[in-house]
Amino acid sequence: MDWVSAILQGTLLGGLYALFAAGLSLIFGVMRLVNIAHGDLIVLAAYMGLSTTVMLGVHPFMALLIVMPAMAGIGYVLQRGILNRTLGDDILPPLLVTFGLSVIIQNALLEAYSADPQKMNAGVIETAGVSLGGLTLGVLPLVTFAIAVAVIAGLQFIFYRTALGRAFRATSDNSDIAQLMGLNKAHVFGMAMALALAVTAIAGILLGVRTSFDPSVGGARLIFGFEAVIIGGLGNLWGTLAGGVILGVAQTLGAKIDPGWQLLAGHVAFLVVLAIRPQGLFPRVTH
Amino acid sequence: MPDPVLSLRQLDAYYGDFQALFGIDMEIAAGEVVAIIGANGAGKTTLLRSIAGLLTNEAAKIVYHGDGIGALRADQVAGKGIALVPEGRQLFPSLSVVENLMIGAQTGRAGPWSIDKIYALFPILKERKDQASTTLSGGQQQMVAIGRALMANPDVILFDEISLGLAPVIIKSIYDALPDIVGDGMTAMIVEQDISKALSVSSRVYCLQEGRVSLTGATDSVSRDDITRAYFGVEA
Repeated sequence: MDWVSAILQGTLLGGLYALFAAGLSLIFGVMRLVNIAHGDLIVLAAYMGLSTTVMLGVHPFMALLIVMPAMAGIGYVLQRGILNRTLGDDILPPLLVTFGLSVIIQNALLEAYSADPQKMNAGVIETAGVSLGGLTLGVLPLVTFAIAVAVIAGLQFIFYRTALGRAFRATSDNSDIAQLMGLNKAHVFGMAMALALAVTAIAGILLGVRTSFDPSVGGARLIFGFEAVIIGGLGNLWGTLAGGVILGVAQTLGAKIDPGWQLLAGHVAFLVVLAIRPQGLFPRVTH
Repeated sequence: MPDPVLSLRQLDAYYGDFQALFGIDMEIAAGEVVAIIGANGAGKTTLLRSIAGLLTNEAAKIVYHGDGIGALRADQVAGKGIALVPEGRQLFPSLSVVENLMIGAQTGRAGPWSIDKIYALFPILKERKDQASTTLSGGQQQMVAIGRALMANPDVILFDEISLGLAPVIIKSIYDALPDIVGDGMTAMIVEQDISKALSVSSRVYCLQEGRVSLTGATDSVSRDDITRAYFGVEA
């Protein structure tokens, strides 16, 4: 029964990882940009949530009403102001610039909030649990997983059912021809980053409610996000959710064997997938 | 000639250090169908890409409805009503047939063309509307590419090698549809390797040779010999 419980906990944890990964997956899919600063942007969102809850005295989930649009705005300005200039045939400039951005965000957070670990208080939901046939699952992980599924479904809807998603796919296919159709590439990319960072805001708040965080934890979130994306297969959002779940389950099973093996087990699962199926488990079906 | 809808004034074009067009002058009147012919590498595609804004220029070198548009981005040019049917169709593989058509309407310009009118022009596209664009035959893909450009309700439509790589019977059906397309007073520039096809639908012709205009005139006034000379640059 302990093992079943571990698998379930891992699955729910995977929802959080999928949220870390969804933004990465989205911007890579639309503009082939690998955003090294993604983890730090998650942490930035967590701190913005913290400040919002402290200043306004609201629940962290309510803080999303402020943090999501704020992060989306930051994403749009960041993309149009900086990242668009780095995109081209060479993949190195965006890597270098987002790496620099990562350093800047970390240090800015260190200046503003110090290195002390912080945590957001979500009240009773943090400790509440539900019993399911002898198993007890935390309400917060369940809510997190449900949000992850809803976010992925929402992104999927935007991608395949709206004019914005059509613009994303067209620009990703061939940006010159998309431009001929009246789509301004710079704006489309800005919108993609805005959407990605709106998702990052959700991920950041849930991270900050679940565990304590400090300015240096972004790197590990980036790795978890990357691993989830690669395991699931590039460009497939449901695959990203599956990738997050596999990573989460591997970590909780590893921890079950030996608490020290938690992270290692996740990385091993990632390496195994990479070795056996380098394209990921569910690469994008060519439409 | 009435006021031109589109004029090119000493238009040059470069790819890096390589100069592809040299001082091209053209005047196109509203409602005119103009053929652009020339050998491979003469600069025909470059000419259309320059007009469409994929290659930028000094503003005053391309004048459209009295405005210099040479420096605008392609999406801005599209918004002003110039649409390009690119060489090799270039449909979006991730988009279905209907999505490829709908994205043409992205500019939001009003006009006679709608999805239903495209389906009336090319009924096969309605049957195939939910298929991936990559599953269509070459001719059907060309229909989508033309429909996609028409969905923008352009004033000026640029066709780049619409017969390239298609079977003669398909080429014929596409050319048969052209009068319906340009009949509404739309201005068209047709780049074509197949000279007789190009001349059959156009009222005027420009021949390009190594990036320069080597011949221009009314279609019925230029002789086959003139064209051969202008095309190859040799005395025939």
